[in-house]
Amino acid sequence: MAATRHVLDYPRFLGRLLWMSTDGSWRFYTWMTVLTAICLVGANAWARQLVEGMALTGMSDHVSWGLYVANFTFGVGLAAGAVMMVIPAYLYHDHEMHDVTLVGELLAVAAIALSLLFIVVDMGHPERAWHLIPGVGRFNWPVSMLTWDVVVLNGYLLLNLHICGYLLYMRFLGRKPRKRWYLPFVFLSIFWAVSIHSVTAFLYSGLGGRPFWNSALLAPRFIASAFITGPAFVILLLQVIRRFTGLPIGEGPQRTLTSVMRVTVLLNLFMLGSEVFTAFYTGGAHAGPVRYLFFGLHGHHALVPWIWTAVACNVASAVLLHLPASRRRVTVLNVACVLAFVGVWIEKGMGLIIPGFVPSTLHEMVEYVPTVTEWKITAGIWAFGLMLLTVAVKVALPVLSGQLAAQAAQAENPSQEEEQRAAA
Amino acid sequence: MNDFTRRTALKGAGATLGAAAFAHAMAPLTEWTKDLSLDEFLQRHYKELTPEEMQVILRRLEEETKREYGRDVTIQDLPPQEGVSFGYALNLSVCIGCRKCAEACHQENNHDRRSGNSYIRVLEMEQGSLDLERGNADYDHAVPAPGKYYLPVQCHQCDNAPCVKVCPVQATWKEQDGVVVVDYNWCIGCRYCEAACPYHARRFNWTKPEVPAEEINPDQGYLSNRIRPQGVVEKCTFCLHRTRAGRLPACLEACPTGARVFGNLLDPKSPIRWVLENKRVFVLKEELGTRPRFFYFFDK
Repeated sequence: MAATRHVLDYPRFLGRLLWMSTDGSWRFYTWMTVLTAICLVGANAWARQLVEGMALTGMSDHVSWGLYVANFTFGVGLAAGAVMMVIPAYLYHDHEMHDVTLVGELLAVAAIALSLLFIVVDMGHPERAWHLIPGVGRFNWPVSMLTWDVVVLNGYLLLNLHICGYLLYMRFLGRKPRKRWYLPFVFLSIFWAVSIHSVTAFLYSGLGGRPFWNSALLAPRFIASAFITGPAFVILLLQVIRRFTGLPIGEGPQRTLTSVMRVTVLLNLFMLGSEVFTAFYTGGAHAGPVRYLFFGLHGHHALVPWIWTAVACNVASAVLLHLPASRRRVTVLNVACVLAFVGVWIEKGMGLIIPGFVPSTLHEMVEYVPTVTEWKITAGIWAFGLMLLTVAVKVALPVLSGQLAAQAAQAENPSQEEEQRAAA
Repeated sequence: MNDFTRRTALKGAGATLGAAAFAHAMAPLTEWTKDLSLDEFLQRHYKELTPEEMQVILRRLEEETKREYGRDVTIQDLPPQEGVSFGYALNLSVCIGCRKCAEACHQENNHDRRSGNSYIRVLEMEQGSLDLERGNADYDHAVPAPGKYYLPVQCHQCDNAPCVKVCPVQATWKEQDGVVVVDYNWCIGCRYCEAACPYHARRFNWTKPEVPAEEINPDQGYLSNRIRPQGVVEKCTFCLHRTRAGRLPACLEACPTGARVFGNLLDPKSPIRWVLENKRVFVLKEELGTRPRFFYFFDK
């Protein structure tokens, strides 16, 4: 009886949230309009790419993956990194963190959606995606690592959607969430977050023909860098939320996440150093991609400015995070977060994907530079991800703070309540 | 109440505007869907098709070729022969690097004319070194050049093929006669196989291939040289539309020095067996454990 009621009430609840998300200040409308515009530019570029072919990208048979796969990899890391809010909250009973864990989970949802879109735009035949549905298509599981990635990414998406949806719905009904309906999923999501980024690393590290990727250190590096970008993004996001919603968020979460970053930025640099040492000290053909990345090879230098920018960003953020000023002044912390985010975006994006292909398996030097089409589509997907995150955070917060609850809604019809809120 | 109606009206206007803009942005897709038939969209995997269904598909593909390229072609689906397992060997001592094989491949397999694509890449190597890093595929001078030898590379039809392993939808697999094939109507175009191949053997159709009607090779195979759709991966199939009918690969026939030896590994009297038994044979990147069916040897 009660279950059937939820079957109807839960979608209705989601519908109300969605409706609510269309209300906001002029700042909100401006922000969403700008993002929509960027999204549309990306959608148009993608439509043209589908018609005219992937020749509109800078990719070739030598460098067959580019900016899309780079951003996909980074996005998965961002999603995995968001779990760094869940771990302190649930494993170490950090109560302040507990209150904002939801923000991390919503970020995970948006980041996974973004990653999946980057895969869709990288496909020559996206309409054949149904070939991937187990039972309907021919899912090459467990042999292909890509099928593992499909499983873990979609699984992570569902897990987080369930956790967020359930907790919000219970808060909305004014009930105490029942542990068995979310705690097992929360713990599963912690394990799962590590798995999504490990599997994504195995996609590359399992390829014997690509010495640059064929390293056991790749998965640990991925995890370390994920635990940089996740916390960095959330630190910035929490400040934005506090500023625009007035939601009381304590300093605790920020402190915890900064502590995490202090460790992971160093770990990441250490592992990068290990890779660089191994490549250069050994020398020979295996050093080719690393030499190309850092110094250029046989007169080809396309990635050199990228990677040194990344190194500069990563080192600078590591230094800033360890300065006492990062504790006292939030500006220093924010700059460190932005630098870390950009640094990892390059290092784990272009800096990871492209040297896998240059020099090619036959040691030919063919370079890759993203085209305008690729940049448009990439910007469009990022804008879409940000829109998703904005809407998610915007609708979740009133529920979280108790502004939107079932009792209030039952008294009046929903649209009148909207009116009151708008007038207020 | 005023505020409510004005706000709702604005939202409605915004939504309409947004929807219109989205429709406009996605407008190029109408051209894309024009090329996509429902039959093609719903077509099942090669291995799940009955012979009757395959016949229907072959006729449909022939009609499409006629319509889009203006040429009558015959597309067949020849099965692997019983007791046949193909192998290929190449004599590096006599190869002069003329790239006639690459050119023959280009024509035989209906490759896109603008890109000059071919499944064969010939590396100019330095005498005394097997280091690919010192090779060069973009040479442009009279051959053979002094101090050089030539290493043509094409799909090695590996028995432990990394490309087959990584495909998420089983769009590529190894046939009974050892040839690794692609179902162009099943490939989703993710290019993971291209990343996995250690021999640069795979190609992607970055555009819709362009071939003038009079240059089209009308003798086509479903799994081999039919004109590929845009957005899928393709590769060398040892010319299976020829070799499964008892003929030799086009690259072998084109070779002016007789450097290429092709045949049935299961036939003890075949030339390929003779080479494997009597020459010092090696394979490329043996350490990767791919177990190629493409062998190299030196005479001297």
